[in-house]
Amino acid sequence: MKTFPIGGVHPSDNKKWSKSKAIEVMELPDVVTIPLAQHIGAPATALVKKGDAVKVGDKIAEATGFMSANIHAPISGTVTAVDLQPNGQGLRQMMVTIKREGDEWAEGIDLSTDLVKECNLSSAEIIARIKEAGIVGMGGATFPTHVKLSIPEGKKAEILIINGVECEPYLTSDYRTMLERGEELLVGTSILMKAVSVEKAVIGVENNKPDAIKHLKELAKDYNGIEIKALKTMYPQGGEKQLIAAVTGREVPAPPALPIDVGAVVCNASTAVAVYEAVQKNKPLVQRVVTVTGKSIKDTKNLLTRFGTPVSALIEKCGGLPEGDNRVLNGGPMMGRPMSNLQSPVMKGCSGITVISGAEALRGEPSACIKCAKCIEACPMGLEPYLLAKQSKKKAWGEMEKNDITSCIECGCCQFTCPANIALLDYVRLGKQTVMGIIRARNAKK
Amino acid sequence: MMSLFYTIVPLCAIGLVAAIVLYFVSQKFKVEEDPRIDDVEKMLPGANCGGCGFPGCRGLATALVEQEDISSLYCSVGGGDCMKAIADYLGKAAPVKEPQVATVRCGGTCEKRPRTSTYAGTKSCAIASSVYKGETDCAYGCLGYGDCVEACAFDAIHINPETGLAEVDADKCTACGACVSACPKGVIELRKKWPKNRAIYVSCVSKDKGPVTMKACKAGCIGCSKCLKVCEFGAITIENNLAFIDSTKCRLCRKCVAECPTGAIKMVGLAPLPPKEKPETKEN
Repeated sequence: MKTFPIGGVHPSDNKKWSKSKAIEVMELPDVVTIPLAQHIGAPATALVKKGDAVKVGDKIAEATGFMSANIHAPISGTVTAVDLQPNGQGLRQMMVTIKREGDEWAEGIDLSTDLVKECNLSSAEIIARIKEAGIVGMGGATFPTHVKLSIPEGKKAEILIINGVECEPYLTSDYRTMLERGEELLVGTSILMKAVSVEKAVIGVENNKPDAIKHLKELAKDYNGIEIKALKTMYPQGGEKQLIAAVTGREVPAPPALPIDVGAVVCNASTAVAVYEAVQKNKPLVQRVVTVTGKSIKDTKNLLTRFGTPVSALIEKCGGLPEGDNRVLNGGPMMGRPMSNLQSPVMKGCSGITVISGAEALRGEPSACIKCAKCIEACPMGLEPYLLAKQSKKKAWGEMEKNDITSCIECGCCQFTCPANIALLDYVRLGKQTVMGIIRARNAKK
Repeated sequence: MMSLFYTIVPLCAIGLVAAIVLYFVSQKFKVEEDPRIDDVEKMLPGANCGGCGFPGCRGLATALVEQEDISSLYCSVGGGDCMKAIADYLGKAAPVKEPQVATVRCGGTCEKRPRTSTYAGTKSCAIASSVYKGETDCAYGCLGYGDCVEACAFDAIHINPETGLAEVDADKCTACGACVSACPKGVIELRKKWPKNRAIYVSCVSKDKGPVTMKACKAGCIGCSKCLKVCEFGAITIENNLAFIDSTKCRLCRKCVAECPTGAIKMVGLAPLPPKEKPETKEN
């Protein structure tokens, strides 16, 4: 069984807390706040103003330029404000607030659950629909999907890879989606194959989800060119470059090279389901499955949640936060971002809410680096995290750039594996942000 | 005995040959440099803080000697006297700049700005501010992890453990600006230095609306513009719900201090104005 060739770690997967919980529909919130920046790229431009009435699926914000995504109303009601609201990190950003009245969907959206297999649209039409529906990468990176599918001239896609790896510990939203919505996933995959004109697609699933592999293999018999590939469990296999290496054996060169340079297009499993809904049912992206989990959460759940629902409502539904120190993460424990504001909304990239409680919520005291090189061994990008952290501390940004800091995928393997509890990723991430800023400024000058 | 001789004589011979070679090489490849650069460098404080924008004192010294017009060059560490001495030596017009001092514009002490979360990450303002707003509900204020302390080459800024805020020792501060660029929140500002370290400034940089600021911090500026109305010198402006006192226009009249409802306008080295007398009632 294959996996990516260098680095990686084995955190205990902790999926047992929520893997057996079927997807439940979360109650509709009375008020939602919808950020205009839910994706990588330029924030969308609001199309509504205070007092406007909206239905579910109405476009409330339009993509600003190519590298951006549309945003649709997740509930029906009245827009009460378009202003700055605190996000999960407590920083203010533009959000649209909608007060709910009933649950009325916009016209033209097919709400039936019947499976529609036939798709006679051309590649350009499919991409246009995906763009219209505001679909972004739902694994967490929130890269606009229509951008990914628009293959630049002179390049050719050879293989489509569907990311069903879900290597992040605790999270089970993709897993439940694969189990419960396998047919839709496969139709979505066929549509994506057509969009990028490839004959072959591989759905990569880690072998810690044997039932999902078996289920999909059973279903895939009816579909041409779709292969289900079991992969050896290893974090961060869900990283785009790692998955390409695991499936095809090809290595994506350092930035600015993209996966398409080795002929691969990668999409998340939940994204493929969203593509199915957008293309076959004309349903924009207004909801997603969010895993609410943690050892201290009484009743863990996989909840189909409308965007804009406050995180606190999801936690409340699952039994509330325990007393004492809690670290609430938007995502899983490895790559999730801690939140200080639980009134913040669920967004397109939020695959889970993980609660880490008690002593585990706090970090250990760091001690000195003894150059054991465990971080180098663990780094899936072949970087030297201890060196980068040291250079970041000394603000040696030029040196960091030479050491390929821009290749870092911020997976956290270095920090996870460090026996001295050194916050390597903190420093490396700071360095990466600073260096990226320097590079952007330099390119803007040119 | 002979073995000693065998080592000493050849070593001396090698040394002699090397010395002769080095002498001729150094003559041949001699770098002609203006000797005044060395002199000017000696006159500069030698802190190599980089506050002038050059990489160390020698960089500034070279620029001072080479540039015709030196009015844009200034060493804030050496101050006016130092610059005058150098200008006299070089026979150029001395650059003039009012003395400045770094000022921490945040009054959100632990008491006035309650913590609402615990930051478990690396104690660095740059890292903390890239992760989230900070431990309190104010997204603008001092984080107190001391990036400025680390940046200061003159031991002039420290974190007060009681308030959790950075505090400047105005006597030690040279206004080099290292802390200003180290602070990711932009809390520190270089302001005009008055005699006896007197100062009046708005000790807040929050651009939030009044109610939001008030909820997060009891010492924040809520942009009520009461100070704006009493200022006779046009030194106060209000932008983005935040008052700002222009230190070059302010005359330290202290009227705004008494008006501020939250105490965000801070006064240093000055006695408060006597309470307002009510002449009408007295006369009657």
